[in-house]
Amino acid sequence: MSMIELINICKTFGDGEVLRGVDLQVNKGDIVVILGPSGSGKTTLLRCMDFLERADQGVMIFDEERTELATASKHTIAALRKKIGFVFQNYNLFANKTALGNVMEGLTVARRMHKKEAEQIAKAALDRVGLSDRYDYYPSQLSGGQQQRVGIARAIAMNPEVILFDEPTSALDPELVSEVLDVMKKLAQDGVTMVVVTHEMGFARQVANKAIFMDQGVVVEQGTPAQLFDAPREERTRQFIRKILKEEAEDNKAIDTAAEDRTTEG
Amino acid sequence: MDGKIVSLLIDSFWKILLPGLKITIPLTVITFAIGMVLALFCAMVQITNVKVLSQISKFYIWIFRGTPLLIQLFIIFYGLPKLGILLDAFPAAVITFSLNIGAYNAEVMRAAILAVPVGQMEAGYSVGMNYFQIMARIVLPQAFRIAFPSLSNNLISLNKDTSLAASITLGEMFLAAQRIAARTFEPLALYCEVAFIYLIMSTVLAKLQTWGEKKLSVHERRDNETGRPL
Repeated sequence: MSMIELINICKTFGDGEVLRGVDLQVNKGDIVVILGPSGSGKTTLLRCMDFLERADQGVMIFDEERTELATASKHTIAALRKKIGFVFQNYNLFANKTALGNVMEGLTVARRMHKKEAEQIAKAALDRVGLSDRYDYYPSQLSGGQQQRVGIARAIAMNPEVILFDEPTSALDPELVSEVLDVMKKLAQDGVTMVVVTHEMGFARQVANKAIFMDQGVVVEQGTPAQLFDAPREERTRQFIRKILKEEAEDNKAIDTAAEDRTTEG
Repeated sequence: MDGKIVSLLIDSFWKILLPGLKITIPLTVITFAIGMVLALFCAMVQITNVKVLSQISKFYIWIFRGTPLLIQLFIIFYGLPKLGILLDAFPAAVITFSLNIGAYNAEVMRAAILAVPVGQMEAGYSVGMNYFQIMARIVLPQAFRIAFPSLSNNLISLNKDTSLAASITLGEMFLAAQRIAARTFEPLALYCEVAFIYLIMSTVLAKLQTWGEKKLSVHERRDNETGRPL
């Protein structure tokens, strides 16, 4: 029995059908990566799961509890959000709170935890993402990579059953990507269940046990990352993988050339 | 300048400043506070789209931003007695100025709340906070920082605008100056003197604004002098 099962999720914005009946299963301990071209609906799917977007139709079964996404009550949404952590592409740290304040906020305000206890948990979470020396920094004083790690700490501090990552490294400068991916790899090793929308093929291959390819609002193909990347069955998947790999190669070449330029100049 | 004028200015200084301390400043502070409550209420009902209340607040803002303050004062003080509502000058001034500044600040607050990125709200939801918790602890503090310069502007305007209350017989600074001017036939000296006192008050408020902006921007990485990001 899956921990989470999504059945026939549909979502339309205006006259654009963004999700056209998506099914998805996530087991406890799974690292699921969702790949797909922009506009394929992968971000919307993630947002529907945390009710940041209201699906028009579809069911989510979470720990054997069945919820109609379109009609879920405030109470149900609150209960589900307790089980789900969310990491945003643009970090979305509370701008008026320090790193520690960001992580504590949900604990003290939403969970009504005692301040002392919340502080302990928050500090432990920040330690876990390698930010023991940044407790009192405001988001504006942190680099993108550090901000995203605070974002991850904020999610894990709430001790959710699953964490949803919405393109967690897309807004980062290339040299900051790895510090965030390293934190995510560590979480994966600790057995945290994660659903990750990403274009990071290396991460997907190395860490994920399940890969999903979405296009035009439907799941085109799913399997292990190796299956999906090395032997895609569908033509659309093949094209996408080829394009991503080509871009990655070009990026690497650009970085190499830049490095060479620097050495010749020096 | 002959000595007579100098001693007149010195004599009258306290006679003008005293009503300033007793009436102008309290009137400014009280009406701004009431106006802020009104402003927040109107901004919130508009943003949360509470049906009837949102319409009412839009109508109220339309009226009070769209008509002259002086005429609003006259309607409340000289007009309402026709309907059997007789107000003393001070309460009439409090009501009028509060409603007027409330209308202006409502628009400032509404715009400031909308300027806070929607991601702040979503992040709050994702850690289990509800709408009002996020508003109170995350969005409004940031909105207030955004609104602060505009609110300060309106406060400085309000402080000067209280001089209009002289026309409804409120014994504030300008009325005190008018009376001395009429008695001594020295309008130029006295009106310049009262203007100077307003200028001092405005200067103090502007200084307070600078100080407040500094206090409120601890979480922003900006140069406090130039306002540029570091």
